[in-house]
Amino acid sequence: MNVMEITHSDELERVPTGLAGHDVPWVIRARQQAFARFSAQGFPTRRDEEWKYTDVSVLTRRASLAPDDIPPDPSSEAALHAWSLAQEGTHLMVFVNGHFSEELSAMGELPEGVHLGSLAQRLEDGDELLRPYFEGEEHTVFGALNNAFATDGAVISLPPNTVVDGPIYLLFIASGHGVAIYPRNIVLAGAGARATIIEHYMGTLDSHNFTDAVTELNLGAAADIRHYKLLQEGPAAVHIAGIHADQQADSRFASHSYALGGHLGRNDITSRLLGPHCHCTMNGLYLLDDKQHMDHHTRIDHLAPDGTSREAYRGILDGASSGVFNGKVIVHPGAVRTDADQSNHNLLLSRQAEVDTKPQLEIFADDVKCTHGATVGQLDDDALFYLCSRGIDANLAKSMLMYGFANDIIEKIENPTLRNRIEGLVLDRLPQGENLSL
Amino acid sequence: MLLVKNLHASVNGKEILHGIDLHVRAGEVHAIMGPNGSGKSTLAQVLAGREGYQVTQGSVTYLDHDLLAMPPEARAREGVFLAFQYPVEIPGVSIALFLKTSLNAIRRERGLPEVDAMDFLGLVRERMKRLGMDEAFLTRAVNQGFSGGEKKRNEVLQLAVLEPLLAILDETDSGLDIDALKTVADGVNAMRGPERAIVVVTHYQRLLDYIVPDYVHVLSQGRIVKSGGPELARELELHGYGWVEAKNGARQVA
Amino acid sequence: MNTATKSLDELIGREYRHGFYTLLETDTVPPGLNEDIIRLISAKKNEPDFMLEWRLKAYRHWLTMKEPEWANVHHPAINYQDIVYYSAPKSDKSGPRSLDDVDPELLRTYERLGIPLKEQAMLAGVAVDAVFDSVSVATTFREKLAELGIVFCPFSEAVQNHPDLVRQYLGSVVPHTDNFYAALNAAVFSDGSFCYIPPGVRCPMELSTYFRINAKNTGQFERTLIIADKDAYVSYLEGCTAPMRDENQLHAAVVELVALEGARIKYATVQNWYPGDKEGKGGIYNFVTKRGDCRGANSHISWTQVETGSAITWKYPSVILRGDNAIGEFYSVALTNHYQQADTGTKMIHLGRNTRSTVISKGISAGRGQNTYRGQIKVLTGAEGARNYTQCDSLLLGSHCGAHTFPYIEVKNPTAKVEHEASTSRIGEDQLFYCTQRGIAPEDAVSMIVSGFCKEVFKELPMEFAVEAQKLLGVSLEGSTG
Repeated sequence: MNVMEITHSDELERVPTGLAGHDVPWVIRARQQAFARFSAQGFPTRRDEEWKYTDVSVLTRRASLAPDDIPPDPSSEAALHAWSLAQEGTHLMVFVNGHFSEELSAMGELPEGVHLGSLAQRLEDGDELLRPYFEGEEHTVFGALNNAFATDGAVISLPPNTVVDGPIYLLFIASGHGVAIYPRNIVLAGAGARATIIEHYMGTLDSHNFTDAVTELNLGAAADIRHYKLLQEGPAAVHIAGIHADQQADSRFASHSYALGGHLGRNDITSRLLGPHCHCTMNGLYLLDDKQHMDHHTRIDHLAPDGTSREAYRGILDGASSGVFNGKVIVHPGAVRTDADQSNHNLLLSRQAEVDTKPQLEIFADDVKCTHGATVGQLDDDALFYLCSRGIDANLAKSMLMYGFANDIIEKIENPTLRNRIEGLVLDRLPQGENLSL
Repeated sequence: MLLVKNLHASVNGKEILHGIDLHVRAGEVHAIMGPNGSGKSTLAQVLAGREGYQVTQGSVTYLDHDLLAMPPEARAREGVFLAFQYPVEIPGVSIALFLKTSLNAIRRERGLPEVDAMDFLGLVRERMKRLGMDEAFLTRAVNQGFSGGEKKRNEVLQLAVLEPLLAILDETDSGLDIDALKTVADGVNAMRGPERAIVVVTHYQRLLDYIVPDYVHVLSQGRIVKSGGPELARELELHGYGWVEAKNGARQVA
Repeated sequence: MNTATKSLDELIGREYRHGFYTLLETDTVPPGLNEDIIRLISAKKNEPDFMLEWRLKAYRHWLTMKEPEWANVHHPAINYQDIVYYSAPKSDKSGPRSLDDVDPELLRTYERLGIPLKEQAMLAGVAVDAVFDSVSVATTFREKLAELGIVFCPFSEAVQNHPDLVRQYLGSVVPHTDNFYAALNAAVFSDGSFCYIPPGVRCPMELSTYFRINAKNTGQFERTLIIADKDAYVSYLEGCTAPMRDENQLHAAVVELVALEGARIKYATVQNWYPGDKEGKGGIYNFVTKRGDCRGANSHISWTQVETGSAITWKYPSVILRGDNAIGEFYSVALTNHYQQADTGTKMIHLGRNTRSTVISKGISAGRGQNTYRGQIKVLTGAEGARNYTQCDSLLLGSHCGAHTFPYIEVKNPTAKVEHEASTSRIGEDQLFYCTQRGIAPEDAVSMIVSGFCKEVFKELPMEFAVEAQKLLGVSLEGSTG
């Protein structure tokens, strides 16, 4: 254990009084044990295969890892309206610097039996339901850190066969300077339940905050959950997150990840297809510029027969940005008739930009259909000529091709309002993007 | 409108066009025929400004402009349209967006106001109806997953919407069944008018039964070896290209 | 389907055919590894000082290294002190001067293996260097090649006769610090083949090395160095077999290829080391470092490999594309059956402008075999216009085997185009039914489908090798169109 870690350990001794559940014995113990697991491993280095292309050493230079208790900035309310993707019928929960803000939230009316509430409150109450989530082994070392410091987040529980029509929208705003934020979301979807959940991370321009978020989703038989993650943190922010789903038979889980902002980002997105006939979708788009670095690590575990998975990630890299895609599909023994497809395509637009992609298949069953493909390339010259030959300016033609490249992912968003909003965000990032809508 | 003088062009250092002379006036329809490898498509690509085709000699004047000095988008805005033999797929970009962007780029150049989405859709729907096309076409990505016939129809749709002054159709008949051929030809014929010139590049005489040209030129080994009226196309159909080539060879020897 | 499954099992369950052992008097050093053993090996080879120093440097570095753990293979720890690092057939003279000097028992061994050492009986156009345990026992056609200025001889002879070439190029592609097994090889390698093609010379025949492990408890550590000078061309074949033994034997070879401006090297391997028995007992650990350096502009290196043997295969024949317009290729068929494990693939490092690489990998897994493709495509900043195309396909025969694909793609140049595609499939019932409905016997149908699956790789092999390779896959091709 190095000096820094000892300091942080001391921090933990001090900090729990400010953390949710600080007088619930199991919560305290779980947090301490999680912190011990974090300390034992420390931050990963590039020698770790899973962190080969992403350097998080910037975190070791932070003065403190402990979560801050900064009251919401009054200006965030105004900003909220500019940022919010809320649409009619949205169930909105707003978190400012990691803490639920009841005033800014509008949960709306929910079907009977559906619970949507603050995790902090549940921890304060010592809700035993959450216990296994805090006492289990985490997916990554950042999961352990999150277990130790989790401040707040959403707990969503859907009774069997309930359908929530409007999206459940979790908006996380980082406005404080250099704060550490540990959001934790838990989704329990009963058999046959359906919902759309949006996790949206926004940051102000100057906030070089560190966010370490974890979202866990438990899908009962035939549940259908669509999860959208939008990363629009400020240009100095470090954002590391895990999204982990467990799927029972016949369930459908879709994860859509849009990475548009932040300085250093990493999403670990995993799903385990535990029962037969599950379907898992993982789509993602990263648009990077300047010195942004974005790393997507995905993993789909096919553990039962007749599962299908479809994964499509695309990246457009400009400036001195770097993008990483590491997608693993594992077909375990007995997961026969699995049908898995994975692709990762990248446009590399600048001399300083870099792409590292690692699409991986691990297959332990013979009656399967698995494919993957990855490309790194540029805009198609033939397509550019075709557009120019129709009178379109060369720069606009380039933007149009970038848009088309991204649109293959955006089109997969089922909710039309959300699709339009996200399309708008992507167009904002493209040169002359304003000329690219009908 | 278009004056091509002694045009030599090469691809990858290999000369394909060995001196083409061609004069197309407004209101005329010219057919350029020739066997495979005669340079027909090269001529079409050079006129549209394709990169990688080097003009080594000669000139092309279009409406008093030096066409060869203009980038492809400027040519298009001045009214030059190429219907591609192999239209490229553009994933993720809908035909509607593509065509509207193109139309407005051209309208801006002509000093016309840009059309908004409503007017555009009105215009394009009308043209599609004329071409017997389904409206669902508009939301599909440009040429992606299109059959050969659909690609060609899409080219003709663009021709109808963009209303160029000089339309060059490169093997627009290839891969079409007889019904599709008729529809495409009707679409092209509807565009004929005193303001507009059309250059039809084709291997077969078949298309010329439907788009009757004013002039027919036979291209062989990078040169125009024979020019004549529409009857020339039918003679070619009877005797094959060997006939012209043999005659031409004999004349050259003599 | 039942008949088909049965025939599949028969096909893939065929016995190892090269598992006999030749009784020969040998000159063997005691097991174990220390500086004295290295000095002994160097002294036996009568090496110049620079070689001994190089070996010792490698050994000292090796002591600081750990065995790689990242590969997707599992085996009990290897005790490097139990291994015999030098074993040679005993002969009266320092080395065979001609084939007449070679022990007739040895010649018979190679005859049984189907490797022609008698020049008159040889297939036209193949010159063979035969390496038996640790030393080269016969090299054919040397005079004929010498007329063209081509050097093709055992490595130990090259050290004596061409020390300057050896000194210039040895370790220049695979340095002694490269990896654990390469360092070990550099310390103890006893022989191998050496080949130099002078500028502008097109080697008129296939050059071939045939490796045979015979002695018990012996590690084989040969080293091959091929240099194609400016505008030279050579096609090189490598084959390997070993007796059936219950214990595992280590093969840690190094191959270095250097292609100067405009040169072309084609390197083909048919690897059929003893894979162990059906229960996974015994077999060769094949931990090999192979790398080519396209040092000059317009140079071209291609690796073709058919890997059917060894208990464990760990090898990544690679190409460093340094010269502008250089081309690197990797074509591979790897079959794992029973308890075999293969972790193989390639690295293509693009440094020069307009460099191109192609990777075609076909993995076939049967029984409890585990087959891993691991490949790295790296395009560095200066590699303007670099292109790579990678395709890796896996075919699974049976429900207990595994197929794994681990590509690493790293691109730092915005004019580069890199494409990777992978698929996994099995022989579909519909495919078999289609064939049998047309009157094709199920086993022929299977072999047809398997050979069709591997076709893109087989077509890169010289004819005789392609035939051998198809046989090796345990697949009869009678009645198929190939």
